[in-house]
Amino acid sequence: MEIVVCVKVVPKVEQVRLDPITKTVDRTSAENELNDADKNAVEAALQLKDRYGSRVTVLSMGPLFFEPLLKLCVAMGADDAILLSDKAFAGADTYATSYVLAQAIKRLRPDIILCGESTSDSGTAQVPPQIAEWLGYPNISYVSHISIEDRVVVAKRTVKGGYEVVKVPLPVVMSVELGSNTPRFPDFKRKRWAEREFKITIWTANDLELDLNLTGKTGSKTEVIELHPIAPPQRLRKFLEGSEEEKARAIIKIIRESKG
Amino acid sequence: MLQSFYKLQQVVKMGEIWSFVEVGPEGIEAVSLEIIGKAAELGDQSNMRTAAVLTGWGMEKIVKEVSRYPVDRVYYVEHGELAFYDPAKHANALHQLVEKEKPEIVLFGATYNGVDIAARLAIRAEAGLIAHVTYLGIDPSDGRLVGHVPGFGGGIVAVCKCRPGVLQIATVRPGVFERPIPTGHEAEIHRFSPKLHPTNGWRIVERRVAKVVDITRAEKVVVAGMGTGGELSLAKTLAQKLGAQLAVTRPLADLGLAPRDVQVGSTGVSLRSNIALILGVSGASHFVSGIRDVKTVISINIDRNAPIFQFSDYCVEADLFKLVPKIIEEFEKEGA
Ligand SMILES: Cc1cc2nc3c(=O)[nH]c(=O)nc-3n(C[C@H](O)[C@H](O)[C@H](O)COP(=O)(O)OP(=O)(O)OC[C@H]3O[C@@H](n4cnc5c(N)ncnc54)[C@H](O)[C@@H]3O)c2cc1C
Repeated sequence: MEIVVCVKVVPKVEQVRLDPITKTVDRTSAENELNDADKNAVEAALQLKDRYGSRVTVLSMGPLFFEPLLKLCVAMGADDAILLSDKAFAGADTYATSYVLAQAIKRLRPDIILCGESTSDSGTAQVPPQIAEWLGYPNISYVSHISIEDRVVVAKRTVKGGYEVVKVPLPVVMSVELGSNTPRFPDFKRKRWAEREFKITIWTANDLELDLNLTGKTGSKTEVIELHPIAPPQRLRKFLEGSEEEKARAIIKIIRESKG
Repeated sequence: MLQSFYKLQQVVKMGEIWSFVEVGPEGIEAVSLEIIGKAAELGDQSNMRTAAVLTGWGMEKIVKEVSRYPVDRVYYVEHGELAFYDPAKHANALHQLVEKEKPEIVLFGATYNGVDIAARLAIRAEAGLIAHVTYLGIDPSDGRLVGHVPGFGGGIVAVCKCRPGVLQIATVRPGVFERPIPTGHEAEIHRFSPKLHPTNGWRIVERRVAKVVDITRAEKVVVAGMGTGGELSLAKTLAQKLGAQLAVTRPLADLGLAPRDVQVGSTGVSLRSNIALILGVSGASHFVSGIRDVKTVISINIDRNAPIFQFSDYCVEADLFKLVPKIIEEFEKEGA
């Protein structure tokens, strides 16, 4: 069984600053990391590998600086990593991103495609179902548990107020719920091997069957007009001092007086 | 002559704004009503018609109920294959209606299912999709939809539009817009039968859902964080005494100690309460974006330097295991 995991490298949310003059995100000041939910997707894929002996390929679209973090996925246990990198892919919204990923997936012909439920930078959660639509595959989102019986996926997905269990024949696209498992640490030897010897496969636009009108900024159906920092609301930041009783009474008073 | 021409122009409405209506175990989803309300407002401003759209089977009563809200019409996309949720089928059916009626804008609630259907429809219809918006407007200069999308844990907002000439889709974060009140009359209902083939695709074999408390509209909320050590009984008792709802931070929901639906933050819900009493929460940026619209924030934390105090009106440096019982005790003394 072949599994492809789509991952993205994102700047650490806590460190992201908006350049006040250019109104663009200053990524140089922020460290990069593998998107959190994508770590859960990699772990989910590796658990399937442990159980069913699948082959796991990590797939990402982005600039070359993604490489070290893709190597981290290989160190965790992925068998291969492919980076889709080309100027023609830059500035893509979810429409153009999902198109390029889907074209790469067509070349790989996996049985299962896993993604993280959403990314921490934009958090749209749209890319997994959009990949599925391009491929004409079913999709299951917010999945917390996966098993496979006779080429049928049985997946538990979170829904409002609880969960449902869905059965779908392969191939299928699933988005893995953030925090649904504990991503493993890479073992030291494999990590060293991944960092020093493993070679990431780079695919450019020439390696895929693409309509370049559908990729990158040109292919995007949306545009970002501008970015604003959201000013945190003004808060009093008043410390309540005194004994426990005094603090308790002060809190009750504030709650009582805040009505309406 | 000129006057009547002018009148005619005003009456002829341009294009339609659709609200995709979802139905849960408790009836019409709150966020579906919220987008209907917003669509009505946008329709008035920009002279567009509004419609609510439902996909499903055997939904007569709900469809009638929807028609009493402020919409010009209701589309009911009806097919036996739509009796259960399957994102591909519902998106396909909806797309057939989109092809026929050619709306300008389609709004969805950013729910577990709404996101799926919106995303698949966007590919089918070659549409622009603005995701998880917290603000919607129409730019009067070009008539295009404007959506605000919070990103990077909620610290930055991206002002987004769709490219000119494409169908404009947006998913809306629940709890942001006001619910409208029924109009007192019923909008016309248009039925549509899509062509769908039975597939052996999606099958829901088990489903467990409990009633969900909508904490986005609660007046008072007690938020428990990891400082409680996962022991929620104290926070629950306090909430009960104060007549407040209980909410949690993400790690507590991850541990399964509370449902995801009462998790506050960028991957949960936003509070709009008068009071939030926050117990043992550090104040990560993913969390504080969810308390932005709270009127008064009171935080209790054992660490005087906890970041949460930067986002609080009243800061209480204390061990919650000592202070919370005192609050309960004092509250009882004073009489509720
Ligand atoms: C992509 C992504 C999305 C996320 N989305 C969300 C989200 O939507 N909502 C969310 O909440 N988190 C979210 N998180 C997690 C977030 O980053 C923080 O990890 C989380 O909010 C921390 O929860 P906490 O404050 O309860 O726990 P901690 O950070 O562990 O803080 C516990 C606090 O309790 C205090 N404390 C300890 N003991 C006591 C005591 N006896 N009395 C009083 N105070 C005490 C400590 O001083 C500390 O400040 C997300 C993370 C990621 C990566």
